[in-house]
Amino acid sequence: MAVPILKQSQYLIATIQSALSDAELLQLRDALTQQVGRYRSRGVIVDVTALDVLDSFASRTLRDVASMIRLRGAETVIVGIQPEVAFAMVQLGITLENVATALDLEEGLAYLDQEKLKRGRERS
Amino acid sequence: MPTSTKKSSSAGASGPEAADEVRVPVGSEYDLVPARQKGRELAERLGFSSSEATLVATAISELARNIVAYAARGAIVLKASHDGARRGITVIASDEGPGIANVDLALQEGYSTSGGLGIGLPGVRRIMDEFRIESAPGRGTTVTATKWRL
Repeated sequence: MAVPILKQSQYLIATIQSALSDAELLQLRDALTQQVGRYRSRGVIVDVTALDVLDSFASRTLRDVASMIRLRGAETVIVGIQPEVAFAMVQLGITLENVATALDLEEGLAYLDQEKLKRGRERS
Repeated sequence: MPTSTKKSSSAGASGPEAADEVRVPVGSEYDLVPARQKGRELAERLGFSSSEATLVATAISELARNIVAYAARGAIVLKASHDGARRGITVIASDEGPGIANVDLALQEGYSTSGGLGIGLPGVRRIMDEFRIESAPGRGTTVTATKWRL
């Protein structure tokens, strides 16, 4: 099942709705990287609230998404990592360094707005 | 008391699905999600908290991924474990793949021969309470890991 990607003003919002296979995760990565150019988006939110497991492959793919989107000139924020999932990730040794995270969609949008302001200031 | 009583006494579990042992064949990455779902189901049926069940499901995901990455096919067996009054869940991941030449190295943080992060086996060992790995070149790999209920 493909992950729906919603365009909301200058942002793309991908809401994962059920456990994904590796192939589906890679599809999501590639779709986001393409669409960020097509829609000239400034930011990407990946909502993982529905995921009950984030294993090493999923974590690495999310990290890749953030790096690729940054190379395309936009920011990524992962939102909705559940407390139990966070616990398991830390136990497993996954830290998602250099990847922005936020509590939920609302906080994720606030983060991207802030980043946009910062970038605007740097440019002027 | 002999430990021959294998059947779970949980009243909620019923029907042929509610066995204390589940075998999940692993032949492609599409088998990972069902394998960890079965693990979570069994863990929760055995009385594990949702948080512990998440740890077990995550460990299963890593072990099943190793099977697909290194051996192409194998199986995950999940079963209820007893040790006196302690109850737990045991995950047995087995394959007949190429085996591991250097098990100590494979258990080292950050070591991988598949381009992965190298956190699979060491991570699983950290997550689970007991961890045993049997492997030899050309003779496949069997990882047996148990998590005891808190």
